[in-house]
Order: sequence, then C-alpha cells, then structure tokens
Amino acid sequence: MSELLSYDEALERFDPALGLEVHVELNTASKMFCGCPTEFGAEPNTQTCPTCLGLPGSMPVVNEIAVESAIRIGLALNCEIAEWCRFARKNYFYPDMPKNFQTSQYDEPIAFNGWTDVVVEGPEGPQTVRVDIERAHMEEDTGKSLHVGGATGRIHGADYSLVDYNRAGIPLIEIVTRPILGTREIVPLVAKAYVAQLRDLLLGLGVSDVRMEQGSLRCDVNLSLAPRDDGSESDNTGRHSLGTRTETKNVNSLRSVERAVRYEVQRHAAVLTSGRPILQETRHWHEDTGITTSGREKSDAEDYRYFPEPDLVPVAPDKEWVERLRASLPEPPHERRARLQAEWGFSDLDMRDTVGAGALGLVEATIAAGATPQAARKWWLGELARRANETETDISALGVTPAHVARVQALVDEGAINDKLARQVFDGLVAGEGTPDEIVAARGLAIVSDEGALSAAVDNAIAANPDVADKIRDGKVAAAGALIGAVMKEMKGQADAARVRELVLEKLT
Amino acid sequence: MNAPQVVSDLIRRTAAELADALAAGETTSVEVTQAHLDRIAAVDGDVHAFLVVDAEGALSQAAAADARRATGQAQSPLDGVPIAVKDVMATKGLPTTCGSRILEGWVPPYDATVVARLRAAGLPILGKTNMDEFAMGSSTEHSAYGPTRNPWDLSRIPGGSGGGSAAALAAYEAPLAIGTDTGGSIRQPGAVTGTVGVKPTYGGVSRYGLVSLANSLDQAGPVTRTVLDAALLHTVIGGHDPKDSTSIDAPLPDLVGAARRGAEGDLSGVRVGVVKELGGEGYQDGVLTRFQESVDLMVAAGAEVVEVSCPNFVHALATYYLILPAEASSNLARFDAMRYGLRVTPDGDPSAEDVMRATREAGFGDEVKRRIILGTYALSSGYYDAYYGQAQKVRTLITRDFEQAFQHADVLVSPTAPTTAFKLGEKVDDPLAMYLNDLATIPANLSGVPGISVPSGLADEDGLPAGVQILAPATADDRVYRVGAALEAALLQKWGGPLLDQARPLVGEVAQRPSRDQGASS
Ligand SMILES: [Zn+2]
Repeated sequence: MSELLSYDEALERFDPALGLEVHVELNTASKMFCGCPTEFGAEPNTQTCPTCLGLPGSMPVVNEIAVESAIRIGLALNCEIAEWCRFARKNYFYPDMPKNFQTSQYDEPIAFNGWTDVVVEGPEGPQTVRVDIERAHMEEDTGKSLHVGGATGRIHGADYSLVDYNRAGIPLIEIVTRPILGTREIVPLVAKAYVAQLRDLLLGLGVSDVRMEQGSLRCDVNLSLAPRDDGSESDNTGRHSLGTRTETKNVNSLRSVERAVRYEVQRHAAVLTSGRPILQETRHWHEDTGITTSGREKSDAEDYRYFPEPDLVPVAPDKEWVERLRASLPEPPHERRARLQAEWGFSDLDMRDTVGAGALGLVEATIAAGATPQAARKWWLGELARRANETETDISALGVTPAHVARVQALVDEGAINDKLARQVFDGLVAGEGTPDEIVAARGLAIVSDEGALSAAVDNAIAANPDVADKIRDGKVAAAGALIGAVMKEMKGQADAARVRELVLEKLT
Repeated sequence: MNAPQVVSDLIRRTAAELADALAAGETTSVEVTQAHLDRIAAVDGDVHAFLVVDAEGALSQAAAADARRATGQAQSPLDGVPIAVKDVMATKGLPTTCGSRILEGWVPPYDATVVARLRAAGLPILGKTNMDEFAMGSSTEHSAYGPTRNPWDLSRIPGGSGGGSAAALAAYEAPLAIGTDTGGSIRQPGAVTGTVGVKPTYGGVSRYGLVSLANSLDQAGPVTRTVLDAALLHTVIGGHDPKDSTSIDAPLPDLVGAARRGAEGDLSGVRVGVVKELGGEGYQDGVLTRFQESVDLMVAAGAEVVEVSCPNFVHALATYYLILPAEASSNLARFDAMRYGLRVTPDGDPSAEDVMRATREAGFGDEVKRRIILGTYALSSGYYDAYYGQAQKVRTLITRDFEQAFQHADVLVSPTAPTTAFKLGEKVDDPLAMYLNDLATIPANLSGVPGISVPSGLADEDGLPAGVQILAPATADDRVYRVGAALEAALLQKWGGPLLDQARPLVGEVAQRPSRDQGASS
C-alpha cells in the first residue's frame, strides 16, 4: 500500500485538478456498426456477426439511433453539435479488439464545448460547481476478456484467456470533462456529484441503462496536484499550471468515485511531499481495499495512429433534426431538482440528502410507482441508504428497485405488514429471494389478523402480567405498552400493534 | 474427335454468346461448366490461375441453373454462365486466402455482396483465382501460393494483383471473372493478357466482403474477354448496397445499352482527351504505337481528339504509396492468430503478443511487411501531416485535374500499362520498378473515376499484348463502355477476329495459327 498524506494536510499544500472520462453504453437495440442485438448477459459469442467479429471483408454501417442518442447527450450537456464529423480508427493490438483498431472519433467529436452545473455541500453550505465538457464522442466497445488462472485475474500470469465478443461493437459515448480546478476539499464530492448527475441525466434521456455494476457507465478518474496557489500568481499566463496526472481506470460506483479521488489526492501529496515525481500512468482501482495500484505506464509517445475511417462516410446531422432533438430534451437537472422538490414538498435538507445519496431518480421512480414522497424518501434514505453504506455498495446496486419499494410501502399501507416486517422484506430483496409478495409469503411475514389468536395472546399477556393489568384497570393507560410488547413478542412481530392496543384496552377498561 | 471440338467451341465463346446459347436451349450450364472445368484440369497446371477449384459446387449450381432455364425462370441474362472469383472476395463455404499464408484454411461464414449477387443471378462459381498477397503487386508473383503465368508466354507475368482472373480469361478457363482494382489490378492484368477489365466508379460495386487492401481505393469489377461481357457482368454485381456505406445510392447507368451502342462503331460527337502526362518517357515503344493506332481508329469512328494536361498526375504514384500502405497497415492488423487463420505459437510460455508477432512474421510475405511498415510510419504521430495528410491534399489536386480535363473531353485515354508483360522474376526484387507498372492506372483510383482496359494489339518488339485505357467522370461508367466497345469493334475488324486468337496454343490445343519462336513448350 502506498504511503498517504492526511487529506487535510494534502490540501494545505496542494491544489487538486480533476478530470473525468465517462464511457456510457447506449441502450440501442442493435450495435454501433452492425445489426447484432445488445442484450446484456447472453451466452458468450452468440451476439456476433462478421462485422463485429472484424472478419476479413466485413464493413461497418453507422447506427442512426446511436447518433441520435449522442446528439441528445451532447445537447443535454450544453454542447455544440458538429455539422460534419468523421469516425477515426484508433490503432492498437489487443485480443479483445476484433480488428485491432477501435472505430472511434478523434479530432472531430460529434459534440464539444459544453458544461453542466453540479451542486455539492461545501464547507459553507451548498455550492454550485460548473463542470466544463470538452467533448462527447461516439465509439464502439471492445470484447470482454476473461483471464483464467493466475492470481490477479489480469492477463499477466493467467493460464489462458477467453474472449466474449458479445460486447464488441456496442455503442459507447465517451464524455470527457475539461480539468475541474479550484474545488479544493470538495473535489471528491464534485466527482461523485458529477457522475451522479450524469447518470440521472442519461436516465432522463432514456439513452442508457446506466447500470454501473453492469459496466454500462464506466468512469476513469484523472487527477493531478499542483503546489497550492497562494495568490502570488506564478504563472503569468493567468492559467493554472497542472501537475502530472494519473488516470485511474474503471471506477465503477458513485461511492468509489469519491473514494478514489480522495485516495489519489492523498497518494499524490505523499509522493510529491517526499520529493519524488508522479509517474504519468494508468492505475487500477481496488474496490475491496479502497486503494489504487500502478497499471501500465502511459507515455506521451503512445501512438494510436488515428486516421479517418475510410469505410464510413462523414456524419452530417441535419440542422433541423438537431433543433427538433433540442426541443424535445427533458428539463435540465437543476430545473428538474427544483420542480421535484416543490412537487414532493421536501425541505432543502431532504433534497440535498436525496441528491447526495444518488437517489433522486430512484425516489422519483418510486413515487411514479405509487408511493408517497415521504414513504419513498423514508425507505431510500433510511433503510436502504444504511444498507448501501454497510455493504459498501451503490444504493442503485442493492438489488432493490423503485417498484419493489413502492410495493413494500403498499403492503404496509394495506396492513399486510408493518415497518418492522418491511425491513425483513428488504432483507429478502437484497438476498434476491423474489418480489416483495413472494418474500412475504415465503418468509411467512404477513401480520396475523386472526382475532381469535390475537385475543388469546392478549389474554395470555394479561394473565402473565397481573400488576400491569391492574395499573391499566386503575386508569394508567400508558402502561398498556408493556402488554402490547408482550403480545407482539408472542406473535413474533406479525401483529398489528394498533389492534393489539385496542384489544388490551377493551379487555381492561 | 467430336466431343473435344464441342468443348473447345464452348470455352471460346463469349459470355454473351453462352448466355444466348443457354437461352436458346442449344447447350446447358452443366455442359458449359464442365467444359471449363475440363479446360482448367488441362491447362491450369501450367497457368496456375486458380487457387481453389470447386467442381462439385459449380456443377450443382449449373444443374440448378439448367432447371431454371428449363422452366423459363432464368434469374438473369447470365444465369448458368460460370465465373471465377478473385480470392480476395469472401465466399461462404469456399476457402478465401487473399494469396496469403496467414489466411490459409480460412473458410468465410458469409458471402461478399458481389458473390451473393452472382449466386442470386445464377452464375456457377468455378473457383477462386490467384493474386498477389492481399492484392499488393503487379505481377501475381507475390502470391504465397506461387505465381500465375501469362497464357501468351508462360515465362512471363500475367499482371497483378489480379493475374489469376485475367489469365483464367486469356487461357479460356473461365468466360467471366471478378477482379478488384486498387491501383490497376484489374486493368493492368487485362492489358498484359489481351483481355478486358473494368474498374467501376468508386462506390459503384459493393466492397462488402472484399478483403480490404486500401478502403478508399479498392473497387471490384468485371474481368472478361469483351466489352459487352463486362457490361453484362457489371450490371449483375453493381448498384447500391446498404452494407457498404461508401456505395453510391443511385441506379447504375444503362451499361449494356452503352456497350451495344458503342459496338455500332460511331463515335461522332465524342471528345477523346489524350492525357499528356500518361505517355512518353517510361513507356515501351510498341505500347505507344498501338496506343496511337487506337486513337486514330477512334478518330476514324468520328471522335474528336484533344490533348489534355493533368499536371498533378506526376505525384500520383507517391501519393498512392502513402495512402495505400497507411490504410493497409490498419486493415491487416486483424490478422493476429486470435480468431481465424494461421497461428504460430513460439516455444516456451508465449504471451498473446508473442503469438501475434510470430504469426505475422511467418504469415505475411515481404511485400506485405514492407507496406505495413511504410503505412505504420506514415500514420505515426509527428509524421501524419507530412505524409498521410499531405497525400490527401495531393489527392484532391489530382481529382481537380480530372475535373478540369473532363471539361474539355468526354473520356480520357492513355496506354493502360507502360510495358507489355515482363519475365517472371525480372522485377520481383525491385519494388520501385514494379510500382511503375501502375503509373497510368493509379490516378483513376485516387479520384474514384471509372476506367476500362481494352486490348490495343501486340507490341511490335515482343509480340505481346498491350492495352488502352479509357477513363470517364465518376458515375459515367456508361461512357467507358460506349467508347470501349467502339474501339473494340474497330480493332476486331482490323485484326479479323479476337486478339486472343493470335496467342500461342496451350497444352493439348490445336494451334489457331503458327506459334512464334519462343521458349516455353506447349
Ligand atoms: Zn455484429
């Protein structure tokens, strides 16, 4: 494990610069350059054809829907849309690349020069940070390698490797920010908030499933530190000079984005403080231990020999089409937040907690599925946020969907279960035991509404606690809690506490 | 000796004549196909035009064609006329090697669009023809499977890269063939074997399933013995293909009509531009003499001749040898032993990179490696602008030269190749001398215009065939057929029959005329 400087000390000495490269898998029905299906989880190498296998002679044809999605993403990020742009070949050898070049875009991205504002909780309250978007470009995904044997699961040291080309050719949009400067101690929060906002925005556009755990949104974190700007402006160009950056690959949860940024700030600071240089390299993020380790060294000389893809004609989106897409965009994130807050009657704090937990879209979907805003917030920010924290997973990756939460709340409202039993239903959901109704049935969680059984249990409790019963008979109604507790214990919690209370009072007053 | 005569008659007919005979029920596709298979068996040991012969497949396709003809359901005018396909086209179930060891044993799971259209039109596929490895060469000597020999003189090259297809036509092993032309690979073999070859307008024939050499230059087209046959075949394979984004989304002009009209021999009102830069120094005297004779025949047919200048053509060869290797170096990256083709596993505990390296070292020939290295260099960061970028600019200038020239002329003409067929081995170790073969053909590929090569006669000094090239503006392919057919008609009249009748007989053949006094035995 690398030596680290404390976070506070790191920021005392250095200014962090952050850059994020996010790869988004589009949810088009077919691949970027062929007609193969894109469904996740199919048998390996069943969703392939000559084109996405790169067989000799095969040729690509651009998926129009993918271009449309790219333009909509660009517009939602306030980008300019290219009037004319080309695909380019990025040449490098790797077994999961069928052609040993990736069809991508180089100096002519479909969208460029955009921005999006994110709100994070700063030391002096909520703070809006503008993230400048350098570009959003289209490309194809690679196949997926599985390295068998060896200790690391990486190609080095493996006994053999298998490649699944089902993923090869799935449309990707790569969204690259400009360096985000001057955010100081909130830099990890900015990173997380940006990715969360991007996720919500993509969900709102309906262009991607954005399931980080399935790799449909993948994040690379670029970070560098420069000696702290003490205001004396050493660089007379007026620009910040950036330190050497590292690129931490595949940071694939919101929580990890925050942690990885924080870790790299501390690691860079320790290296620089000891007088050593930062190597320009890619680094691997380790979810389990929360650290990064050195990957391959990335020199500036790495040469992909880009050139325009001669098998494709330029993409020249019609201006009217772009304007139609612009007019049909969903509302921007800040407007959406304001509207939802008003609709839901959330306090500023409720709203910030919801956004901060990455649960805005989840809460919205839960309400759409029939729950009240209060119930949706209660479950997501209480029970489910707690579980996500405890298990160190993203709240969206727990295995609990908005529809599940709405159904659990409906069961509570119907009196079929109570809040305590609901928690057991969530246990079942996280364990993948089925739908809420199936779990209630399988685990026998339904509240006992058999009056006879309930009445007998109340009688037993009265008989076992004569002192308490007397107090109630004397008018000390508050003492009823002890008897109710005894009944609930006997009923293993599967009783409606309010009805039990009624029965106790009926029998004793 | 009745049967051999029938066979000999069938293989010497043009595709149009065979189509008529099939339509009239005078022969069957099985008979025609078998005649060509017999011819291949008799002469291909010497000529080596074919890498694979699919007798069984061809005969069963022929039988199906006969069944259709019998019920009046012919799928095209050429239904039942057999064809040979250059080994650079993916053929489902039939090996496709591109003349390279690295693809030895690969059987494509799909058909190229051109091949699919041949099948849909009912043309039995005789087999796959030899070529320079990945179409890199002008002599077919760079085939990993041994050279093809020129039927006019077996000690000479048949041109390249499509020497196999042209030789198959010249040796009467096939009545039709498919070629591909990146810098002259259809036209130059046509010229040196006394056959006809057409490079259509770029985008006029689908490239889907054509194993790319240089994507922005490659174009598949017909290899035939007559201009009309080329028009008939072009009509079968041409036209828009949604699988090829660079294919032209417009109907083909009436090519067969243009060829028939041209054959009437009237070129009045046609302006023929002689390109100043494509002739003179570097061109063999006999080639120039035959070229001038062709121009005179066009004038006699009523054409107006003008001289045009295309000053940037002098840079065409240099431009071509930057763009082609650049695109090829990237196209050929996929041959890495991971998914198909040759795999060479070095001793020890090799990594994936080690296997890739060893396979590419063993699987590619020298010319391929030379161009991969050139192309990799030309695309490298820091050199891109000076080489690939600059080449694209010159390419634009060459296209402008064409546009200018076509303001003064309806078609442009030049000798197809600077020389007649040279000896096997003569230039194989001198890449620059080899590259000069394509001097006159390359400009058309750089700007995408269509061109035809028509035999112009035999050069006086060596008695070997030469060709004349006719170029037209992009999408005006009908013009090359009209002018080509008119010239062909005038030459046939002059010669008193097809030029190929003057070729020395091959194995087992009765001489049509006394053979000349040269080396190879029959
Ligand atoms: Zn596919």
